[in-house]
Amino acid sequence: MEQCVHLEFEVAGNNFAQAGSASDQVKSTLKKLGIDPQDIRRVAIAMYEGEINMVIHANGGRAYVDIFVDKICIKLIDQGKGIENIELAMTPGYSTAPDDVRALGFGAGMGLPNMKKYTDVFNIESEVGKGTKVEMEIHFR
Amino acid sequence: MKIREILNLLGGKVLCEGVSLDRDVYSACASDMMSDVLAFVKDQAVLITGLCNPQVIRTAEMMDMVCVVFVRGKVPDQTMIDLAQEKGITLIASPHRMFAACGLLYSAGLRAEG
Repeated sequence: MEQCVHLEFEVAGNNFAQAGSASDQVKSTLKKLGIDPQDIRRVAIAMYEGEINMVIHANGGRAYVDIFVDKICIKLIDQGKGIENIELAMTPGYSTAPDDVRALGFGAGMGLPNMKKYTDVFNIESEVGKGTKVEMEIHFR
Repeated sequence: MKIREILNLLGGKVLCEGVSLDRDVYSACASDMMSDVLAFVKDQAVLITGLCNPQVIRTAEMMDMVCVVFVRGKVPDQTMIDLAQEKGITLIASPHRMFAACGLLYSAGLRAEG
């Protein structure tokens, strides 16, 4: 499979003002590559939610993005506090975000469900105290 | 309706003109929760919100929205305004509260779905 672009980003923890800049760069790259706008939006939402999660819950992390002609693979890896119960965390509306995060417009408990909803492949592994790894694929239609 | 009409209906003030005020828009969504905007929005062009932080602009950008209306007299800082300008998003500040702002726009023909 022909690979077009590989991108890596350091996502800074607790830097709410900068959160979303990695997703933004991925979005611009896909636009330049002429990917369908509907596909770009799915990528942008899934990655943005993941990026916000790393900022809010994990004190930052790294994002690895591989763009192919027919799909995009996104890996988000952090060394944060991990998720105790992934099934519960995947429930729409369930959130552990503190009040200050909710005041910023996040923490509605839609992050992980959104990421799953907009992706074709969604895998999440997490270990309490060690961190979380999210792997997503979006296939271009 | 044109963005200019939104401006007039809401007694608003233009903070930046990322896209032209003559741009036609057909649909809007209103929320203070950006997570919900990301979860439920489809092709809405306008975001009406009382939240005022950089993630509002980021969210609008991710959803390809072209206009953000801040209600309840919220005024974004210069960083947000610059980001919106760069991303081609027009920002409007309105003194109306959310309910009234939505009602005025709905009565004038703006809808939830484009």
